[in-house]
Amino acid sequence: MTITFLRRLGPPLLGGVVALSLTPAANAAEELRIGFVAPTTGIFAQVGKDMVDGFQLYLDDVNSDFGGAKVKFIVEDEQGKPDTAVTRAKKLALQDKVHLLVGGLLASSGYALAPVSTAEKTVYVVPVSAADDLTQRDLAKYPYLIRTGWSSSQPSHPFGQWACDQGYKKIAAVGADYAFGYEVIGGFQRAFEACGGQIIQKIWPPIGTKDFGPYIPTIRQDADAIFTLMVGPMSLQFPKQLAASGNKKPVIGGGTSYDEFVLPSMGDEVIGHVSALQYSAALETPKNEAFVKKYRAKFGKVPSYYSETNYTSAQMIHEVIKNNKGNFPGAEEFVKQLAALKLDTIRGPVSIDDMRNPVQNIYIKKVEKKKMFGYDKEELWNTVIKTYPNVSQFGQFNKDEFLKTPVYSRDFPPCKFCN
Amino acid sequence: MQSQHIKVLSVVVALAAIAVIIPNTNSFVILLTTRALAFSILVMSVDVLLGYTGLASLGQAAYLGVGAYVTAILATRYQFGLGYDFWIVVALGICFAAALAAVFGLLAIRATGVYFLMITLALGQCAWGLAYRWNSLTGGDNGINLRARPKFGIDLANEVTFFYVVFGFFAVSLLLMYTLVRSPFGRSLMGIRERELRMKILGYNTWLHKYLAFIIAGAFGGLAGVLWAHTAGIVSPENVVLTTSVDALLMAVLGGAGTLVGGVIGAMIVFGLREYLSTLVPWWQYVLGAVYVLTILYLPTGLMGIPQRIRQRRTLTGRRDDMKKIATVTS
Amino acid sequence: MNTQFWLIQAFNGISYGALLFLVGSGLSLIFGVMRIVNLSHGSYFLLGGYVALSVIWTTGSWALALPVAALAIAVVGLLMERIFLRPLGFDPLRQVLLTVGFAFLFQQAALDIWTGNNFDINPPEALTRSIVVGGLYLPLYRVFMIAMAAAIGIALWLVMEKTRMGAAVRATVDDAQMARGVGIDTSRISMFIFALGAFLAALGGVIGGAFLGIYPGLDFEMLPIAFAVVIIGGMGSLGGAAIGALLVGLADNFGKALFPEVSYFTLYAPMALILAVKPTGLFGRE
Repeated sequence: MTITFLRRLGPPLLGGVVALSLTPAANAAEELRIGFVAPTTGIFAQVGKDMVDGFQLYLDDVNSDFGGAKVKFIVEDEQGKPDTAVTRAKKLALQDKVHLLVGGLLASSGYALAPVSTAEKTVYVVPVSAADDLTQRDLAKYPYLIRTGWSSSQPSHPFGQWACDQGYKKIAAVGADYAFGYEVIGGFQRAFEACGGQIIQKIWPPIGTKDFGPYIPTIRQDADAIFTLMVGPMSLQFPKQLAASGNKKPVIGGGTSYDEFVLPSMGDEVIGHVSALQYSAALETPKNEAFVKKYRAKFGKVPSYYSETNYTSAQMIHEVIKNNKGNFPGAEEFVKQLAALKLDTIRGPVSIDDMRNPVQNIYIKKVEKKKMFGYDKEELWNTVIKTYPNVSQFGQFNKDEFLKTPVYSRDFPPCKFCN
Repeated sequence: MQSQHIKVLSVVVALAAIAVIIPNTNSFVILLTTRALAFSILVMSVDVLLGYTGLASLGQAAYLGVGAYVTAILATRYQFGLGYDFWIVVALGICFAAALAAVFGLLAIRATGVYFLMITLALGQCAWGLAYRWNSLTGGDNGINLRARPKFGIDLANEVTFFYVVFGFFAVSLLLMYTLVRSPFGRSLMGIRERELRMKILGYNTWLHKYLAFIIAGAFGGLAGVLWAHTAGIVSPENVVLTTSVDALLMAVLGGAGTLVGGVIGAMIVFGLREYLSTLVPWWQYVLGAVYVLTILYLPTGLMGIPQRIRQRRTLTGRRDDMKKIATVTS
Repeated sequence: MNTQFWLIQAFNGISYGALLFLVGSGLSLIFGVMRIVNLSHGSYFLLGGYVALSVIWTTGSWALALPVAALAIAVVGLLMERIFLRPLGFDPLRQVLLTVGFAFLFQQAALDIWTGNNFDINPPEALTRSIVVGGLYLPLYRVFMIAMAAAIGIALWLVMEKTRMGAAVRATVDDAQMARGVGIDTSRISMFIFALGAFLAALGGVIGGAFLGIYPGLDFEMLPIAFAVVIIGGMGSLGGAAIGALLVGLADNFGKALFPEVSYFTLYAPMALILAVKPTGLFGRE
């Protein structure tokens, strides 16, 4: 009985299914498929969640409607592994036929996803991966890549100038031993030494170092200040252990060392520490205050830059699609239009330079314990103490000269004053 | 002997089915199957050590790593291996991995049982430590990006073409390993697995047998690494991490140690769960963990051992019924 | 580099070693008595830290968190041994794999229960200060870690050497069959030791949590280091675990300070070499 039933209905059913899957959906112009790659499981799961939450919050704000197009947001888990990121990206491009690939957390993921975008001719919007060369010396290989976040050394360039202005002459640097660390510290060194300062020491604890016992005593006593670049759990432990060792020198550092992702778990030992980034949750603008309050009410935590940058990226994508009346203008045209955008966002005014990296404000922020935005508890916030407007990835340096020198590494810039 | 022929036939049929069906599914399934097949070569090599020689190694990922890094370094630094020289890279990957296994084997083979487990763990960690810290060679944390897949008459950038190439390597590896375990050398290994002391008394150089098996497993691991590097196009220390070795071991046990194809089944299931299920539900990790735990507890011979256990059950109950019959008759 | 440098580095190395002793002693005992390579030991460490956090969040008491977390995880260990490991009998491979399967489950559960944020355990204010001895800043917390490890080490030694239970344990380590032959209930010993191992690991997690932080991935990061301690010191030997922990702590510390390039290699290469020469570790018993 079932057999005859199937035989009768089979062909039309099958035909229907085939027909449905073959119609290039008369709704193609009205559905925007965005493929998001982030680690939603594994050790970076919380960061991945922040990334997704930030993007999703924007979608909720506009009801997933980008100028008439309905956004289909597909999140894939890269599990913190670059080769899984590649597999997921390929699935998004080949199977789900997304218009845009967004995401990637680590620099290695960024470098893994970029070639996929070139091979599949799909736009890749980079909100987090900050590896310098993605939009510098390697840009030509990735014509569909455009960054809406930052480059690792971008905040360090004005920060180096700021350090000179404070009167620091000699600084010892302690940074996580991998490319991101090299780039943040390298940028700082270039800028600081260009205005007369000296980096007298560079110490590189490996990623995942928990006990800084071996390193802290080796910090030179004649330094005026200490520059640190820490990520993840390292950013929690290093300031504590530094303070316990009796350190009295001022501490400054890369933006991720004190970002709101780790700040809530930090103690009073980081009060007074200064860092630089394109975002601070304590930015006192009406746009940011609204964002922080909304985010915190929904997710129970102050947004970190991971959330902000994805929210802003969603906003920028929306802007381009809106300008095309809800249609996706094709990969090359999309990249061109996104690169021509000038937008006022939560982090301030953002535009894109001719190498597809944002030009934006860099905030020098200091950790302070206070009440903000009407919350009734005293908490740690990154108070903005100085703003450098319109900072590009090359900062105060000439682009061509910059590109002629090698990418920041362990040995570049060379440590002329380390003896 | 008959059952052996049936087994071989069913494997051949299954392989043919895969070769025909998979390329007609969507690109994600093709991609996953390619990855599973490449990794299966490593899992089968683990099975040669575990199921046939009785050595459980927690460090086989090191050889995958060697093959993968050799491929990546040659491709990016020396522009080598993206044309017909791909075959030379395959040979080099195998040789380097075998060489590493030869060195590690000298340290490891003297140990047995749990101690072998520990020392292979330690050696695997050494390999990981090097991949992680030797920045100038391996790119450290960032890994190495292979820009493109090789082209030699056929373009491996095409997912279907690449699938067939990997499938070919897999089939050949399976054939070679099968021949190995059925050969007199393979039989000696099984003898060592059962009773090493007896083999020694019979005059076999058991150390040498185990050492050679270890090198052979390493060689296949290297081959898996070369293919693995090209499936994702990126090689990083993540490939050499402890959990990769653990994965390979678990897949071998899940499928059934001592069966070779069990490793493939285990790999397919784990990859299916990890890569496919994870796109559908967020709690896939629990499923995976539960699968491992339940298999280890209730299916010690793995999935491939199920038919045998069913047969055993039947004969047991069959005998019991016969006993009852005899009892009623004689009472 | 002056004497100050060497002294402070030695102090740091010893304090790190103290933490490693807490993690490694349990692992060593479990291996000695049951011949199980417990690959979920790192998970016990991490879960101990997470449970302590929960205790601190609800009661505000750090002092309470120490025993509560350690006991809670001891129970988890006990259950795992009773329900899952016992039925496998003496089958090292399957036991190892089972502990791994659980490690994965624990990792996911921890993520679901406590989220993936990086946490810090904050000890009472008194312990966060530093004492100054001869111009050297010695963080009190490190002193505390050394004191705790020493206290626990002594307590364990007393139990092992001076009590009947301890004698039974030592007998089981030396020769389980003989022990059963003289009437020792080795299965109860196994259960007790496994729970004790979990207890020690969790305690290590609470104490270490203020020092290392508590975050996803810590479990698999601590695991190889714990194994290095056990392997170098010798499996099944408490004294070996102490020596191994000290050696690893000092070697790791000095290695990183003096030869930062090869830091991971300096840890695992000696481990492999020792195993190659003496598979049971420096002080291990066969």
